[in-house]
Amino acid sequence: MIVAILTLLGLALFFGLLLGYAAIHFKVKGNPIVDKLDAALPQTQCGQCTFPGCRPYAEAIERGEAEINQCPPGGETTIQELADIMGVETIPLNDDHGEHSDTPEVAVIIEDQCIGCTLCIQACPVDAIMGAAKQMHTVIADECTGCELCLPPCPVDCIVMLPIKQNIERWNNPLPLALENIPVVVETAPKVVQGE
Amino acid sequence: MTEYLLIIIGTVWVNNIVLSQFLGLCPFMGVSRKLETAMGMGLATAFVLTLSSISSYLLYQYILEPLGLEYLRTLSFILVIAAIVGFTEMAIRKTSPLLHNVLGIYLPLITSNCAVLGIALLNIQASHSFVGSILYGMGSALGFTLVLVLFAGIRERLAVADVPSPFKGNAIALITAGLMALAFMGFSGLIRA
Repeated sequence: MIVAILTLLGLALFFGLLLGYAAIHFKVKGNPIVDKLDAALPQTQCGQCTFPGCRPYAEAIERGEAEINQCPPGGETTIQELADIMGVETIPLNDDHGEHSDTPEVAVIIEDQCIGCTLCIQACPVDAIMGAAKQMHTVIADECTGCELCLPPCPVDCIVMLPIKQNIERWNNPLPLALENIPVVVETAPKVVQGE
Repeated sequence: MTEYLLIIIGTVWVNNIVLSQFLGLCPFMGVSRKLETAMGMGLATAFVLTLSSISSYLLYQYILEPLGLEYLRTLSFILVIAAIVGFTEMAIRKTSPLLHNVLGIYLPLITSNCAVLGIALLNIQASHSFVGSILYGMGSALGFTLVLVLFAGIRERLAVADVPSPFKGNAIALITAGLMALAFMGFSGLIRA
């Protein structure tokens, strides 16, 4: 009996260690460019770029199957970063995918009106909505990425987007007045036409 | 030498793993819709069966039998086969992406299949030698691949055939499998078991 237990335990331990070692030693590193692109994206996982999340979008950019201007939550800053990583010129945000808003917003459920249909829970890409069927739902504000994906499915339109209140942890330092009127110019190298 | 040849012929034709032992029926029905997937599955099975025959033989011969723990063979075989196949899959993914593309998705599918465990247990029951058990595993896998590819070929043609509606889909596939098993019964008695 003891021998049997010890044998099985020994076998399990040995193979567990072997697999653990293999998981580290044979780890296949992903494409470093994809990791960089993924890090530059805002991680809202909103799918407005038409890809199912930020990482698939990063992979599509790396394969050259997607433009770098498809991320509304990221806006100009993200496009700039993506352009730097890919070594291409910046292009303006593609309006087909949505508009960029400068103030970070968070979804708030008007709880008096919520009928507990769970439709917004299924729509939320980051599981930031809590609730159950026929129970009132609420948004976990810290988890909400402000992607607005929960707005269309709500049958009673009880979700509103509110700007995030500023406090000591979330503080938007306003630009100095003088800077606001200076247009942002993106310098691009003159195009070299070959064969002339 | 004749002994080894007989093991191969026996496992491929006479005691075919699918059609006369009725093991591994789920991949037989599941991945036989297309010829290419059938080939991939066959290759992966050959790989896993050979590997599991070796490992289960060594485990039984050098650990279970000396300790008098023969009754633990089913449990420990599952453990060892799953772990070794998992390890090999990781090693292949690292060392040979090409091979991983061919076998990759099928390896985890076949790992804890009844065919794999069944062959390991039958191997012990028949008390083959080391080389004998490797050949037994390989022969079974060859038989499996052969039948799977034949069946996939038939099913590809069946897909466009005008089948009466009560027999459409899996029903006609099962009837086909039964007819194939009948045909393979013709090989019984070719060699003495």
